Amino acid sequence: MAVLVLAEHNNAALGASTLNAVSAALEIGGDIDILVAGLDCSEVAKSASEIKGIRKVICADSSCYAHSLAEDLASLIVKIAGDYEHLLAAATTTGKNVMPRVAALLDVGQISDIISVLSPDTFTRPIYAGNIIATVQATDDKKVITVRTTGFDAASETGGTAVIEMIEAASESGLATFISEELTKSDRPELAAANIIVSGGRGMGSGENFSIIEALADKLGAAVGASRAAVDAGYVPNDYQVGQTGKVVAPDLYIAIGISGAIQHLAGMKDSKVIVAINKDEEAPIFGVADYGLVGDLFKEVPAMVEALDD
Amino acid sequence: MKILVAVKRAIDYNVKARPKSDGSGVELANVKMSMNPFDEIAVEEAIRIQEAETTTETVAVSIGAKQCQETLRTAMAMGVDRGILVETEEDVQPLAVAQALKAIVDKEQPDLVLLGKQAIDDDSNQVGQMLSALLGWSQGTFACGVELKGNSLVTVRREVDGGIQTLELKMPAIITSDLRLNEPRYVKLPNIMKAKKKQLDTFTPDELGLDLASRIKVLTVSEPPVREGGVKVEDVNQLIDKLRNQAKVI
Ligand SMILES: Cc1cc2nc3c(=O)[nH]c(=O)nc-3n(C[C@H](O)[C@H](O)[C@H](O)COP(=O)(O)OP(=O)(O)OC[C@H]3O[C@@H](n4cnc5c(N)ncnc54)[C@H](O)[C@@H]3O)c2cc1C
Ligand SMILES: Nc1ncnc2c1ncn2[C@@H]1O[C@H](COP(=O)(O)O)[C@@H](O)[C@H]1O
Repeated sequence: MAVLVLAEHNNAALGASTLNAVSAALEIGGDIDILVAGLDCSEVAKSASEIKGIRKVICADSSCYAHSLAEDLASLIVKIAGDYEHLLAAATTTGKNVMPRVAALLDVGQISDIISVLSPDTFTRPIYAGNIIATVQATDDKKVITVRTTGFDAASETGGTAVIEMIEAASESGLATFISEELTKSDRPELAAANIIVSGGRGMGSGENFSIIEALADKLGAAVGASRAAVDAGYVPNDYQVGQTGKVVAPDLYIAIGISGAIQHLAGMKDSKVIVAINKDEEAPIFGVADYGLVGDLFKEVPAMVEALDD
Repeated sequence: MKILVAVKRAIDYNVKARPKSDGSGVELANVKMSMNPFDEIAVEEAIRIQEAETTTETVAVSIGAKQCQETLRTAMAMGVDRGILVETEEDVQPLAVAQALKAIVDKEQPDLVLLGKQAIDDDSNQVGQMLSALLGWSQGTFACGVELKGNSLVTVRREVDGGIQTLELKMPAIITSDLRLNEPRYVKLPNIMKAKKKQLDTFTPDELGLDLASRIKVLTVSEPPVREGGVKVEDVNQLIDKLRNQAKVI
C-alpha cells in the first residue's frame, strides 16, 4: 500500500499545508511519497525530502507546472497513479482545483476535506457548513482525498532523508494559459499558519477603518482575517475571507470584531482554541461561541486594547 | 453561442441542518430548500453573457428529484431559456452529477458550462472539475471575473488562496462561480409567470444510459461537539487579563 501526497508550493518554498496532508497520509499508513511538480522547484523537492516519514520525492520540473494548472497537473498525477492506493492533497485552492479532476479521470469518487482518518478507507468530513460531521467510506479501489489542514497537526519538517526521483513531464494539454497573478502582499503571518488571527466584519464600516484591526494584529503578531461581508464591501482582499466558502482556520486565539457570527462564518473558525468577540450587539450569535465576549463599540474598545497591550 | 448552467436544489442557506435522530442522514423533511447560492451566481453570469451577446442560448440543468423542477423554473424566471431535469430519487454524488451533466453536454454541445464552485449542502467543490475532466475541457474554477474573447477564448479571474489568478481558457470551457462574480438579480413576478411556459425536458438516467451509483458510502452523520459560549468581560483590561493569565494565549 502506498500514498501519494501532492506538494503545495510556489516553486521556491514548500507550502505549510503539505505538512498537514502528510500527517493524514501517515495516519492512513503505508509508504508515503510526495509529488513536487513545478518549474525550477529543486528547493521544494529538497524540503519535501526532509519531511519525516517520507519514502521518496517524485519531482517533475517543467514550465507546464509553473502555475499548478489543473489540466496539466491532473494528467501528471494520473500518469503515476498506478503505484498508489491513496492520492492526497491539502484542501487549498490548488488541491480543490486539481484533485476532483484526477478522481474523474480515474473514474473514482473524491472525498473532500477530511478531518480524521478512521481506517484506510473510512474518514470523517464536515458537511452543511460544519453543522454535520459525516463518516464516509470510499468503495473505489483508489481513494482521492483532500485534507482539511485544521484537522491534522503538521508533520515534522526535519528528520527525513527521502530520495528524490526526477520524472518526465506528462504531455502538455494546451487548454489553459496562465496570464497573471495579483498576490496580496503582507508582512503579517499567513492566515492558515497564524497562532493568532484578528478578523473584522461589516462593523468596520470601511477599508480605512481596518487600520484599527491591523494595529491590534501587529501588537499580537497576528494575521488579519475578515467576514464575507467585509470582503464583498471591498474593505479587504478576497483571500482574507474566513468561512464555509473561504479559509478554514483554527488558531490558538481568534478575535472577531464587528462580526455577527453567521453559520457560514462560524464554519471557518469555530475550532479555534480560544475565541474572543467584540460586538456592540449583545445578542449577536458570535457570543454563543466566544469564550470571552466584550459588548461595546469597536471604535472605542479596539484602540483601547492596543493601548492596554502597551503596558 | 450556447451556455449550459448547472443548478442544484439544496437546503436554504439560512437553515441550520441537523442529523436525523438515528444518524442515517440529514433531516430534510419540512426544511426550506432553495437554489444553491453559488448556482444563482452562475445563472446570473449566463444571463449577463446572453444580454451582451443576444445570439446566445441558455439552458439550465438539474439532477435530482421531481422538485428540482422548481429550481429550474427559478433559473428560467431569472432569464434562462429552457430547462432540463435528469430525474432520479437516488442520492447523487459529485461524480454521478458530472456524468449526468456530461450526457447532457453531449446532447446539447454548449460552448460554456457554468456551475457553482460548491454546493452548500455536501460542501464537495468537485462537480465542475470532474465534468471538465470527463469532457477533456479547460477549467476556470472559483471565478470572480469572466470575459469572453470572441467564440474561442475566455479570460477567467480566479479567487485563489494568495489573491487573484488570471487564466485564459480555450473554449469550450467549464467555469465555476465564486461569491464575488456578480450579484444575482431578484426574480420579478411577471417573469415567474413567463417561466412556467418555458420548455422543460425530463430524462431518466436510464434514457441517458447512466449508472449513477454512489462511490462513497455515508456510514453515519452526527452533530459536531457543541461549543459552549463562555463569559462576558467588563472591559478591555479584564479581557487582556483573561487572555494572559487564564487562557494563556497572549
Ligand atoms: C453561499 C454563502 C457562502 C457564504 N460564505 C461565507 C464565508 O465563507 N464567510 C463569511 O464570513 N460569510 C459567508 N457568508 C455570509 C454570511 O451569511 C454573513 O452574511 C456574513 O458572515 C456577515 O458578515 P458580518 O458578520 O461581517 O456582517 P453582519 O452580519 O452585518 O454583522 C456586522 C456586525 O457588526 C456589529 N457592529 C456594527 N458596528 C459595530 C461597532 N461600531 N462596534 C461593534 N460592533 C459593531 C453588528 O452588531 C453586527 O453584529 C456566506 C453566505 C452565503 C449565502
Ligand atoms: N444535483 C445537481 N444538479 C445540478 N447541478 C449540480 C448538482 N450537484 C452539484 N451541481 C453543480 O455542481 C456545483 C458544485 O457542487 P459540489 O461539487 O457538489 O460542491 C454546484 O454549485 C452545481 O452547480
